[in-house]
Formats: sequence, structure tokens, C-alpha cells
Amino acid sequence: MVKIAHWIPVFPFLAFWLNMMVGRRLGKGAGYIAVAASALSAVVSFLVFQGLFAGGTSYSLGTWITINGNPITVGIIVDSLTVMMLLVVSVVGTLIQIYSIGYMAEDPRFSRFFAYISLFMACMLGVVLADNLLLLFIFWEGVGLCSCLLVAFWYEKPAAAAAGLKAFITTRVGDTGFLIGILILLASGHSLRFADLGGLPGHDFLMTVAALLIFMGAVGKSAQFPLHVWLPDAMEGPTAVSALIHAATMVAAGVYLVARSYVLFLDHPLALQTVAVIGAISAVMAASIACKMNDIKRVLAYSTMSQLGLMMLGLGVGGYTAGTFHLMTHAFFKALLFLGAGSVIHAVHTQDIREMGGLLNKMKVTGITFIVGSLALAGIMPFAGFWSKDEIFLAISHQGNPVFFFAAALTSFLTAFYMARLIFMTFFGAYRGKHHAHESPAVMTSPLVVLAVFAAGLGFIGSPLCNGVFQHFIEKGDEVVALNYSMVIFSTVLSFSGIALAYAITIRGFALPPAVLSNISWLTRLVENKYYFDELYDFLFVQPFLRLCGAFKRFDALRVDGFVNGVAAFVGALAQVIRKAQTGLVENYLLMQAGGMLLILLTIMGKICRLF
Amino acid sequence: MIPLGHFVILSMFIFCIGVFGVLTQRNAIRFLISVELILNAANINLVAFNKYYGSPDGLGQIFALFVIAIAAAASVVGLVLVIAIYRLRKSVFIDDFNLLKW
Repeated sequence: MVKIAHWIPVFPFLAFWLNMMVGRRLGKGAGYIAVAASALSAVVSFLVFQGLFAGGTSYSLGTWITINGNPITVGIIVDSLTVMMLLVVSVVGTLIQIYSIGYMAEDPRFSRFFAYISLFMACMLGVVLADNLLLLFIFWEGVGLCSCLLVAFWYEKPAAAAAGLKAFITTRVGDTGFLIGILILLASGHSLRFADLGGLPGHDFLMTVAALLIFMGAVGKSAQFPLHVWLPDAMEGPTAVSALIHAATMVAAGVYLVARSYVLFLDHPLALQTVAVIGAISAVMAASIACKMNDIKRVLAYSTMSQLGLMMLGLGVGGYTAGTFHLMTHAFFKALLFLGAGSVIHAVHTQDIREMGGLLNKMKVTGITFIVGSLALAGIMPFAGFWSKDEIFLAISHQGNPVFFFAAALTSFLTAFYMARLIFMTFFGAYRGKHHAHESPAVMTSPLVVLAVFAAGLGFIGSPLCNGVFQHFIEKGDEVVALNYSMVIFSTVLSFSGIALAYAITIRGFALPPAVLSNISWLTRLVENKYYFDELYDFLFVQPFLRLCGAFKRFDALRVDGFVNGVAAFVGALAQVIRKAQTGLVENYLLMQAGGMLLILLTIMGKICRLF
Repeated sequence: MIPLGHFVILSMFIFCIGVFGVLTQRNAIRFLISVELILNAANINLVAFNKYYGSPDGLGQIFALFVIAIAAAASVVGLVLVIAIYRLRKSVFIDDFNLLKW
């Protein structure tokens, strides 16, 4: 039954094609086609999931190209990691597209939106199914393209168009590294199949570099430090896009890539260590920025970055199941949070949480599901995020680096703080906005409910209470997951103290004494300005590039154009002189003609005379 | 039999008369007649050389016939142009036809 896996991306691709061709005439039908296609993908994914238990394996559709006698196959990988990702992508994607039918209902480019979303689904499922790096790279670029198209979907807004470009160019930096990494593997004569990445012979340092370059692609795609700057700006896109691409699936592709080529990282400890360090930095940094953001979507964007950093940290310390488990639970609750945020924005027509408040009474379904998602993210027992975050904590403590543990603990505390702050400012207190808020239509709230069920319950499959079903499925080993009570108490206390602090500040108006505040004002300024990364990159890359462009422009205008214009001016001046010969009198022309003929005649005669 | 040189000299004279006419005549009709003289000078040469040295199938004569036919067509075009210009400028003197210049 697993041999049907390659049909999974085909349905969304057909939907993309159909919506591109005739979508405008279909009206609402464009949305239904897209939803039906991803629902079909979800069904086939379930069949493949079943087939996997019946002993299905990876298979190949044939050889694509041969490089250096090294065949690159169009291979389909079918294992537990792929099946997990397939289910996450297709189920979350279907729910988000159902939501989008309501969210995008008023949009004049309704069918275009669903065409892009379908193309994204096709590429994302392709990323998950590809069995070698090169094939994955093709789809990887495809999701990058769709991300750019969808971020800049409302391109009438200059900010959206700029954000689309920024997303594309920033990830391109990472992807260039990724491609170089693939080429290093190819040049060393290695197979690009994921199954063959373990124990690569060859120069150890070169292979470490290759692993780091492949990780660079993941850094760009997953918005990790230092290529994270595009993700907050990507929030200019429609909220459904933020939920699907910039929270649940595409940004998780970086984590998936590391998990997929995990053996390569395991063989080269330096590369694995880098994954952990980058993850830890991203997690803490993004979580701290999220505490100072007032835009509901940007808080969630930084939260996504932070959680992806946590997954990377989990993978980097050797917690393969921990990282992938958190990837799965995060996809559900973060999609839920983004869709909830979209529903709130739909109702109050602003993204600024300072203009919200007291929305729980007005939007019961959105409010409750949003709170469920937040509790899952903050890691409150028994919601999904608790179990997966606990796994990461355990993995870090198992590895035993105190710095990583501190980073994870700090991230966890900050996460609870900013999510509680967001909840209190949005759903509690008095309403501070002007617009009349109302609950969203059922087509938008029902996906919220389904996702909330997942966000609440999905954690159990990986919890010790269910004997770690998920861990056995992913790892196929007999990893014992015992409930570590001290860890549970520790993380719960951490989360609740974050929530309590947020409650004190936002609801009770608690503030630090001015003396302390002025002492840490540099820190708040630093955080408010997102650690000045945009300014730094502007200074380091954008401005020098613009100056270089200016120099080229001047060279072009003065030298190149000067030469071309000079040639033209010379010919023109010459023509001014020579054109006097054109008298317009036929006799003159004829005289010249006769003279020329005479000259030719004399030349010929001269030659003939010389012969004798 | 008349020697070949006579034909050549005759044709040279006609050619020179034609060239002289083309270079000196201001009247467009005379100009066209002079052009016809040049063409006919060439025709005499073609026929004469064909007779003395030519192949038995009379290629030169056939060629002369072609020249005559095309010359007729060319003078038709020339006359049409002259008439058209005459209607415009009320003149057949070619030094009045000086529109095509800088």
C-alpha cells in the first residue's frame, strides 16, 4: 500500500494547475478544489501510514540523472519520520485551507491564493517524500518560492512586497550554502540518498563542512539565528499563510532536514554541536524579543522562531525523538494560535494587542481555543506542548551541558510569560479598541476547534502515560520513557511563574521600581529593537551593496554610455559633412557613376596592358 | 561578310552617344531615349558575338530578346515616373527633380 505515496503531492499540484487555469471562473469552487486535493492527500497519507505497519519500505520511481556515475533517483522515502510529517502537513494544511475559505472570502484574488497554497502543499509534501538531497532541494526551493509569493500576496502594500523579497533573499543565503554542501558530497563521490549518509568515508573535516553547509539551508528556512530576520516581516502575508507556512510546515522543514540527515550530524560532533548552539541562541533571543512585541502576529512569529530553536537544540543534544515530537505538536498548536490570531484580527481590524482586551466574552470559540493553544505552547500539563518540551528537557539533561539546560529553561519561562501576556492583553480586561468585535463564521472556527483538540490531546501519544507510542514509532528502538517527576515539577513551576509574572504586570499593573528600570533600560531598548539585527545587516550588507550599485551605475552612465553615445555622435558629425554630396540632382549622380565606370575601365585596361 | 570589328565599333559609338545623352540632357524624355541607346549598344554586341563565336543554339540572341523585353518594362516604369513627377512639378527637366537630397 505504500507504493501509492508518490501520488500524495500530485493532488495538490493538480489543484494548483486547475486553479491557475480556470480558478477565476470557479468563484468559491477554487477553495473547495484546494481543500479536496489536500484532503485526498491526507487520506492517502493515512493509507501509507497503515501500509508502513504492514511492512512498507522506500521505493524508487526510476533514475533521474547520473552524475559521476552516481545515479540520482526519483526515490520516495517511506519511514516513520516521513509518515509523521505527511500526516502533519496534510492534516494541518487541510484545516488551514478550510479556514482560508472564510478568511479570504472577500479577497479579489481568491483563486490565486488557493493556487499558490496548493502549489505550496505539493512542494512541501515533495520535500517530505524525497529520498535524496538533490530531489529534496528542488522541492525545498519550491516551498521557498511559494513562501515569497504568499508573503507578498497583498503586493499593493509596499511592506508586503518588501517582506516577500526579504523572505526570498534571506533564505537564498542559506540555500546557497545548502547547495554547496550537496555539491561537496557529490564531488566527493558520495551518494545523496539519506539512507547512505551514515559513516561517509572521506576527509572528516570536509564532511563536517558539508554537514554545516546543509545545516545552513536549514538555518535559513527555519529562521534561526543569524538568518532569522525574514520571519517577523513575513507576517505581512495573509494570516492563514503565516499559520501554514511560517508556523506549521515550511519553517519546520529546516528541522526536518536536520532530522532526515541526522546520521551525517551524528558522525560529525562539531556539526551537531553547532546545531545545538544555534538552536539555543535562537530560542532565547527570539523568546526575549517576543516579550516586548505588541503586534499579535509578531509575538507568534518570534515564538515560532524560539520553538524552532528549541527543536534544533533538542536535535543538537542528541534528542532525535524529542526534536521531532516537538516539531509535530508545535505544528498543531502554533497553527491553532495563528488561526486564532487571524480570527481576532478579522474581528477587531487591528494587530496591535494594546487595542484589544476583553475579547473572551465576544468571541468564545476563538478565545477558548486560543487559550488551549497558548497553554500547549507554554507547556502546561497535560497539553501537547508540555510532553514534547519535557522530552527536550530530558534530552538536554541527559547530555548534561548546563548552558543548554539554562537556555532551554529560560526559553520556557519567557514563553510562558509572553503567551500569558498576549492572552491577558487580548482576551481579558476591558476592550480598548473602537471597532465592534464579533465572532468569526463557522468555517473559520471549526478548524480552530479541531486543532484545539489536537493541541490538547496529541501530547499523550508521546507521553510516558501511553508508554511512549510515538517514540517507539519514530525510533523503532526500545527507548524507555519514564516519567521524571522532578523534571515535571521543575518545568511546571517555571511555566506558572512566567504566567504569574505576566498576570502581575498586565492585570495588576505591577512595575519594577524606576531605579531598577533605568538600570536595565539598555536591555529593554536592545530587545525592543530586536537586537538591532536589521540595522546591522543594513549596515553590513544592504548599504555596501547599494553603494556598489551606485558606483556601477555611474560607471555605466559615464563610461559605457559615454562610449556608445560618443560613437553615435562621431558618425552623426561625419554624416553632416558627407551628406553634402547628396545634391538631389540626377546629373551629378550620373556623372559620378560615369566617372566610376571610367575608373574601373582604366584599371582593367591597365592590368591588361601590364600583361603584355 | 561584315567583320566583327565593325559591329563593335558601331556599338561603341551608340554606347557613347547614349552616355553623352544621359550626362547632358536635362529633358527627362531625351534622357530615357539615351538610356535605350545604351541598352541597344549592348544588344548589338550580344548578337554580333553570338554570331561569330557563339554556340549554335543562339544563346546571345535569346539574351538580347530578354534585354529588349526588360528594357521595355523599364522604360514603362521610367515614363510613368516622369508623368507622375510632371503632374506634381509641371516640368520634365530633371534638374527640377531635386527632392531626394539632404
